[in-house]
Amino acid sequence: MARNPVTWLGSPTFPKAAHTALADTQLRQNLRKATGTIRGRRAAAVGEMTDWEQLRVAGEQIKNDVLARLDTLLVQLEESVTARGGVVHWARDAEEANRIVLDLCREEGANEVVKVKSMATAEIGLNEALEAGGVHAIETDLAELIVQLGDDRPSHILVPAIHRNRSEIREIFQRRMGVEVSDEPADLAEAARVYLREKFLTTKVAISGANFAVADTGSIVVLESEGNGRMCLTLPDTLITVMGIEKLVPTWQDLEVFLQLLPRSSTAERMNPYTSVWTGVTEGDGPQRFHLVLIDNGRTATLEDSVGRQALRCIRCSACLNVCPVYERTGGQSYGSVYPGPIGAILTPQLVGDMHDPQAASLPYASSLCGACFEVCPVRIDIPSVLTHLRAEAVEAKGLTAESVAMAAAAWVFREASRYEKAQKAGSLARFLARDGRITSLPWPGSKWTSSRDVPAPPSESFRAWWRKNRG
Amino acid sequence: MASAREEILNRIRDARVPAAEPVVRGYHETGTGGVELFAERVADYRAVVHTVTDVPAALERLRGKRIVVPADVPPEWLVDGVTWLHEPLTIEELDGSDGVLTGCAVAIADTGTIVLDGGEAQGRRALTLLPDYHLCVVRADQIAASVPEALRRLEPTRPLTFISGPSATSDIELNRVEGVHGPRTLEVLVVQPQ
Ligand code: SF4
Repeated sequence: MARNPVTWLGSPTFPKAAHTALADTQLRQNLRKATGTIRGRRAAAVGEMTDWEQLRVAGEQIKNDVLARLDTLLVQLEESVTARGGVVHWARDAEEANRIVLDLCREEGANEVVKVKSMATAEIGLNEALEAGGVHAIETDLAELIVQLGDDRPSHILVPAIHRNRSEIREIFQRRMGVEVSDEPADLAEAARVYLREKFLTTKVAISGANFAVADTGSIVVLESEGNGRMCLTLPDTLITVMGIEKLVPTWQDLEVFLQLLPRSSTAERMNPYTSVWTGVTEGDGPQRFHLVLIDNGRTATLEDSVGRQALRCIRCSACLNVCPVYERTGGQSYGSVYPGPIGAILTPQLVGDMHDPQAASLPYASSLCGACFEVCPVRIDIPSVLTHLRAEAVEAKGLTAESVAMAAAAWVFREASRYEKAQKAGSLARFLARDGRITSLPWPGSKWTSSRDVPAPPSESFRAWWRKNRG
Repeated sequence: MASAREEILNRIRDARVPAAEPVVRGYHETGTGGVELFAERVADYRAVVHTVTDVPAALERLRGKRIVVPADVPPEWLVDGVTWLHEPLTIEELDGSDGVLTGCAVAIADTGTIVLDGGEAQGRRALTLLPDYHLCVVRADQIAASVPEALRRLEPTRPLTFISGPSATSDIELNRVEGVHGPRTLEVLVVQPQ
């Protein structure tokens, strides 16, 4: 089987990459500023909701239901999309998905396509595959465009160019667009508007991802801010949507939960500027040919793992990245994957599906287990539990000694060890306390401690303390 | 060899994920709602909001402009002094206009959102996308209090566009900047019954 492009070929292990990143003070400054801003705003957007916890619980339960009935719901989605004039394709892996999309572009005679930001297509390396097949993909999301024009790699799932500040963006735009522009965000946005306008008006094929697909109606949902999504979803003749098989919700009503959880968790807004919903093809309005490509690419393997499968609940809001002390210091590119940060640390190795791969196996160590990611996750993914679980798997895999991997854990990311331990302690306690201070649920119930491993991680202590006790 | 479809479905079945617990919808179904809250929340996105009772009078602001309208707007909206652009319109004509005037399907007070569904007085999606200015008329009875309430009023298989403020981006240092590809100015007329 071909390697899964979810990790970038030749990426060093997380500790190695992070060491380099830590030396980059500009990067850390950019990240501290950006994540600091969004953390505060997210807290405010969530704080005004008195039913936030109930929404999170419902979000978790709906997604668990999706995972439990995934086969039935996918077949139902296929039926509803087909009934409304869409064509559904299935792809086992990245290679198969890329081939399907390339063939569709060729059928349309397109040598250029416009793209809406999509994690699924980034995960499968679609742009590179299209390019190799003679089709040029133009990224239209501002941050994606910054990454594309800068010949760079993404470092955040919502804002792939988060590692760039305004003056760096200005430099990239001036160099690649050949225009004079100031470093005012409004001017930079205007430059992108002018640069892409003609492409939107003339390109015949668009490629998008999907935030949600509603099984019982066949409706596909894309949330965005700039209007580039609406351009791509409305103006071309043909629309190709690439979507992970787990992006479903069973019913239209279920969207009421996610349309509240996602904008506040990701951009810290009551609602993002634009959300588009379409169902198959509508005569006289929008693309008249619609293809939906459903990709597995490691998801069914992830589904098999009773602890790890909760990573498939992820709605890609990026809140866990923004609160992660490790991410803030190392930046996204250190994770060597389109999925960085806490979600990347648990999702990427599972999608790769091979703990003998030293880079993938190092990712579960890209965390201090402080638990902040769980607290903000809108679908309550217990990332620390999954990290601990995957660490055990990494240790078990041949070729990695427990010592070498664990010593490469996140402690050194923090300059002073004492600060790290303080952060740890605060975090590991906070995650199990409800708002009123009662302990509502115990992490890692006995049933989840796999019997084959004799070193269970006790819930209330920090990873370092746990490691000190259990290393021998 | 099994098809990709069969293989994926079989692998899902082989994973034997246990049935999930029933979904508890303990969150709020509705909210306080109302014209005032809606207007306040729309304005938070730096959209321009006016609460009016007389739509034609309020449309005076369009005087001298070339404004796109969907085929089925109420005839009294087509006030004198405005060059009304009617369908069929090309992409270039839409792009070259001064703005577009529409109604909406539903609005949401909690989030300051307007939803278009291509129904009465709304037109196809390109109409509200290419012009740089969108003037949207929202009747008080179209305002749902909450997101759940709004979704219940909508027909999911229609092409839907949820609009919350003018086009914006958070991609530069995670701060919201208005005005990228969609209309850079959103103006909303909230119509109170007389
Ligand atoms: S794991 Fe949770 S917090 Fe992180 S991106 Fe996914 S949904 Fe958001």
